[in-house]
Amino acid sequence: MTPLTLTAGTTTKARRTAWVPTLVLILGALYCLIPIAWVVVAATKDRSELFSTFTFAPGGGFFQNLSDLTAYRDGIFWRWMANSAFYAGLGALLSAAVSAAGGYALGRYSFRGREAVFKMILAGVLVPSIVLAVPQYLLLSKLGMADSYGAMLLPSILSPYGVYLVRIYAAASVPAELMEAARMDGASEWRIFSRIAVPMMMPGLITVFLFQFVGIWNNFLLPYVMLADDEKFPITLGLYTLLAQGASQPALYTLVITGCLLAIVPLIGLFLVIQRFWSLDLMSGSVKA
Amino acid sequence: MTSAPLKGSVLTEAGPLADGTGTAQSVRPSRPRRRGRSAPYWFLVPTLTLFAAFTVVPIGYAIWLSLHKVRVKGIGLGKGAREQVWNGLGNYTDVLKDSEFGHSILRAFGYGLIVIPTMLGLALLFALMLDTPKARSAPFARLMIFLPYAVPGIIAALMWGFLYLPDVSPFYYLLDKFGLPQPDLFDGGNLYLSFANIAVWGGTGFNMIVIYTALRAIPPDIYEAARIDGATDLGIALKIKIPIVMPSLVLTFFFSVIATLQVFTEPMALKPLTNGLPSSWSPLMAIYDKAFLQSDIYGASATAVVLALATFVLSFTLLRISDRYTREDRA
Repeated sequence: MTPLTLTAGTTTKARRTAWVPTLVLILGALYCLIPIAWVVVAATKDRSELFSTFTFAPGGGFFQNLSDLTAYRDGIFWRWMANSAFYAGLGALLSAAVSAAGGYALGRYSFRGREAVFKMILAGVLVPSIVLAVPQYLLLSKLGMADSYGAMLLPSILSPYGVYLVRIYAAASVPAELMEAARMDGASEWRIFSRIAVPMMMPGLITVFLFQFVGIWNNFLLPYVMLADDEKFPITLGLYTLLAQGASQPALYTLVITGCLLAIVPLIGLFLVIQRFWSLDLMSGSVKA
Repeated sequence: MTSAPLKGSVLTEAGPLADGTGTAQSVRPSRPRRRGRSAPYWFLVPTLTLFAAFTVVPIGYAIWLSLHKVRVKGIGLGKGAREQVWNGLGNYTDVLKDSEFGHSILRAFGYGLIVIPTMLGLALLFALMLDTPKARSAPFARLMIFLPYAVPGIIAALMWGFLYLPDVSPFYYLLDKFGLPQPDLFDGGNLYLSFANIAVWGGTGFNMIVIYTALRAIPPDIYEAARIDGATDLGIALKIKIPIVMPSLVLTFFFSVIATLQVFTEPMALKPLTNGLPSSWSPLMAIYDKAFLQSDIYGASATAVVLALATFVLSFTLLRISDRYTREDRA
């Protein structure tokens, strides 16, 4: 509350805690935490405890659940996790690179057709995902590429949002005078981009990377349409198929619950770590942050 | 010069100049401008290639498929027994007559009527509360409310699905303790609430951040001025903050409508836990069902094109309305 004490004309009344906003925020935080807290507790229960003890009472079966999950079909769970990390990591990296070049071109050059290209790419956001996924699947299967790592990876690279964000970033953070000065010094356009613009746009590029990482990691529809071989499944589709089988055999419930917990840990951890040096506000294109 | 895919192309433009160095520039000062002229196109090559391959071509193919059908020759066995023939708008008239698809659209609208006002209302409320200087625990709450964004939709739906199951749910435990009636959350109208809750849970945080960012961009002196005029916190929120963040609200509304039409994950995730959820519950599920379970890619493509057109029409209508609104606002 330090900034407040600096405000001119602060009275004792103004310094008091505003209870209504505080309460509303705490209730909101609790609502958001309930399922996560539940899954943390439920993952500690063994099969009998899950259905018998009070839901928020921890059990003693976490390590058993963990080894059951690891043993399930020779550790396919960890394979799904690794697949997700691969799809999301590589996909987001390529996406940030492609968005960097495309957004920079749209934000820092004026050329014929610029607005048309920009609007066309943005309109891509409006196309329902399944409208793309089904023909993508049919076309890729003609090329013999359906049900492959590429089938999941390639359609995930282009991010209209990424291009949009980098455009804003490039226009705001790479000064035209600097580019002009570099040109005078004989730097090529590629060199200006790679040595000057990319470092300056880095917060924006990290944002695109994170956004796309989360987007790919969380994607369910694309792998559901593209993939048939469960060795290539990402974690979302893997857990879904596990539950679909488990619906008839509640013995698999504990595996699904433990799997859910382990699947959300990496992303939550990622956000908790990065929020120290990366602001959430960057996500909505705030350049000031 | 590094070895990137763009290098070669840009180099051919820049190459002679690099050799000519200063002299070339002093002789023809207009050169640097001309040199950069093709650069933006090269930078756009990866974006446009991907856009063509994974957006334009698939849409074109879907449209082509939607105008065709399969004709089976003879008894339909052997190679060449099935051929694609022109079907004109036949698939489209089928789509418009298809009551399953119509119902799925209505369900999506019903679901959207619950999700969108609740989610955006909560997002706005939390953003305003975060922006109240005297609120405690704001950074903590902001992070917690945003956290569901990091949880994959399908996993959020699985977690809530378990919380809806009477055998394992703490809610049912409490209802039982207090002797209250125990609703079936997978039944009829409750199903909409169950799905909507998952979407609200997952989407509120992101929208909150968008609105909150807009709120923080407001210069604080406006509030000072309003306070001097005797405005209360509530008055400031209603009369200053909400009108200023209106463009953000319109934007989040716009994207929420599009997302609603595409609801897929929540009903898919809860399907194994329920009986009697139709496999064409939402428009996307109906298209998937048609394409892969009924193996009718032609009809599915026509349905998908109709959905895309509906999305476009809806989007442009919304943009038109919001444009008019903001313009009047400015005047």
